[in-house]
Amino acid sequence: MNGLEETMIGGIEGGTAILLPALGELIGERAGVINLGTEGCMLVGALSAFAAASVTGSVVIGILAGLAGGAVCGLLHAWLTVIRRADQLASGLVIWFLALGVTSVYGANYISATAPTLAIINVPGLSKIPWVGPILFEHDALVYTGYLLVAVIWFVFYRTQLGLVLRATGERPEVVAAAGRRPAVIQIAAVTIGAALSGLGGAQLSIGYVGNWFNDMTSGYGFVAVAVVLFATWKPVRVLGGAYLFGMALAATSVLQAHGVSVNQYLLDAAPYLITLIALVTVGRRGSASAPEALSRALARTG
Amino acid sequence: MGFRIPRIRAVGVIAAAALVAAIAACSSPGSSTSSATAVSTAGGSSLTVGFIMVGSHSDYGYNQAVYVASQAVATSVAGVKVITADNIPETDAVTQTMDSMVNDGAKVIFATSYGYFPYAEAFAKAHPNIIVLHQGGYLDGKFPANFGTYWGEAYEPVSLGGMAAGGLTKTNKLGFVYAFPISQTIANIDAFELGALSVNPKAQTYIVNTSNWCDPLKQKEAAAALLSQGVDVLTQHQDCQSTVIEAAKAAGKYVVGYHYDAETLDPTGWLTGSAWNWAPLYESIIKTIMSGKFTGSKYNANFVGTFADHDNPLTLAPFGSSVPASLQTKILAEEKVLDTAGASVFKGPIACQNGKTLVAAGQVMTYAQINSLSCLVKGVVGTLPAS
Repeated sequence: MNGLEETMIGGIEGGTAILLPALGELIGERAGVINLGTEGCMLVGALSAFAAASVTGSVVIGILAGLAGGAVCGLLHAWLTVIRRADQLASGLVIWFLALGVTSVYGANYISATAPTLAIINVPGLSKIPWVGPILFEHDALVYTGYLLVAVIWFVFYRTQLGLVLRATGERPEVVAAAGRRPAVIQIAAVTIGAALSGLGGAQLSIGYVGNWFNDMTSGYGFVAVAVVLFATWKPVRVLGGAYLFGMALAATSVLQAHGVSVNQYLLDAAPYLITLIALVTVGRRGSASAPEALSRALARTG
Repeated sequence: MGFRIPRIRAVGVIAAAALVAAIAACSSPGSSTSSATAVSTAGGSSLTVGFIMVGSHSDYGYNQAVYVASQAVATSVAGVKVITADNIPETDAVTQTMDSMVNDGAKVIFATSYGYFPYAEAFAKAHPNIIVLHQGGYLDGKFPANFGTYWGEAYEPVSLGGMAAGGLTKTNKLGFVYAFPISQTIANIDAFELGALSVNPKAQTYIVNTSNWCDPLKQKEAAAALLSQGVDVLTQHQDCQSTVIEAAKAAGKYVVGYHYDAETLDPTGWLTGSAWNWAPLYESIIKTIMSGKFTGSKYNANFVGTFADHDNPLTLAPFGSSVPASLQTKILAEEKVLDTAGASVFKGPIACQNGKTLVAAGQVMTYAQINSLSCLVKGVVGTLPAS
């Protein structure tokens, strides 16, 4: 296996922990709500998944717990921002701090615990394709979930009535209300589902790729997910590209060193952020930039 | 559909997100999770001692070792009251924590993270009536009467772990996941390779850094990259060690631990490791302070515990079931050798990667030399990151 393949395999596994929260954040932002608490919801999901898998011995229950933990975190943000009309940025940051504290306290007992982790599943047939097979089709179930979710979200956004209503809510909630729908309900659902996906991203760390729980184990990757959505100009396929690119740049820093290549330390540490930023901004400039209008207004109000 | 956010706002949001991400990356774990717990002992003339930790007191690693020892001292030394604070970043926050501990009556403070050094030294100078001890630092020059650093020759047990790794590897490739290229770590990498070479002249150590004392995702990427190189024994110098152990376990490879005996995580793959046993040293320092003899004592200096003096706080962890009895005997025999004065893993001839002589035949490096080590020994594959 050469360095490029190693980088791509590691990048897709690690990048999935950013992709899932980023897709969740994409759904919420398309409905007009930004959640800076994504990092916190990932932590809640990571701990819920690990604790449930550790106690029950079942990764399926772990995954469900990760989704549920993230969803609870999202419901709190939705309640604060949609029902109580709190400032979206402030609410998100409060949720991050809250989640960091709560998971540190309740997670202490799980740091030295073990839990079953997701198995690597080789997709029959596809994993036999030379070069592409090992890179794309020898991963855990949550990586494949990421592939499917991008397709499903794209389809729902652009080919269904539901997607139209969701996007309309993110642009002009008044119009949605005039059409007889309830924008608040749509926003609450979008934020909750989105945060559930953040929880799933946390699960990809705790019972997926990394395989243990540690307090603050997300190390800021939840914020990377939020940034990826912004720079990907709210488009699902670009979100996928941005998340994997970040993951691959992160993997490359290790792969280069293991191959004995000497690289400047500061460049090495900054590379994942720089490469992703430059790529997405370059792509974003070419496409038609389209920030959801309600989101813009919600954020403008806070300024 | 136009880009309707006023540009300045969009930039602001992005900058805020980036800033917050940066803060999260730099100062994690956040001080919001810090907890202070008090353990009181029987009355009488009591001395309050504060312990400050950079990570969680239950990290199954460096900080847990400190915490466990601090609690042991609270019960083993009569009249000592221990207060602890964990998750304190290596910033001004440590000064604030020391301040509040003094307000709570602390007369002695153990600042237990490497990066606390400048804050601890400054605090000692500003508070002549408080004794400040720093774990892992090294002061060049004159010591204030109320300041001391302490550490152990960590590389000694690490070299014994290297022997286990060198003896068990089939590919002759060992992997070392480290955080930062500081001299303590370089000494550990070199000692690990030297230990491995002593039982297996073909053993090589591949190195990858993570630029973080605990970032599980980066640790996993590092372990994966090393395993792809054919490495079949992993070791590390990180604050949290579970990720690398789990990575070795998932790949069916061996692991040598650091900081804490974590055999239960992977009973098959665990070879041995280095485990901190701080309690005897803490106890000795505190008793010296209580008897009023701190100033001018060996603790009012750069104190380094060694195998030779039988006071090395870093000890060899128990062997796992995979280590054959003959190898165990060999390693324990080497430990006995290190127990004698003048013995060292850094005994010449030793060459750097580039072939330059690090230690001439018959010579032994001093602790001060090892503490400023910047060369990787021959047999280590990879380079230290350029800065």
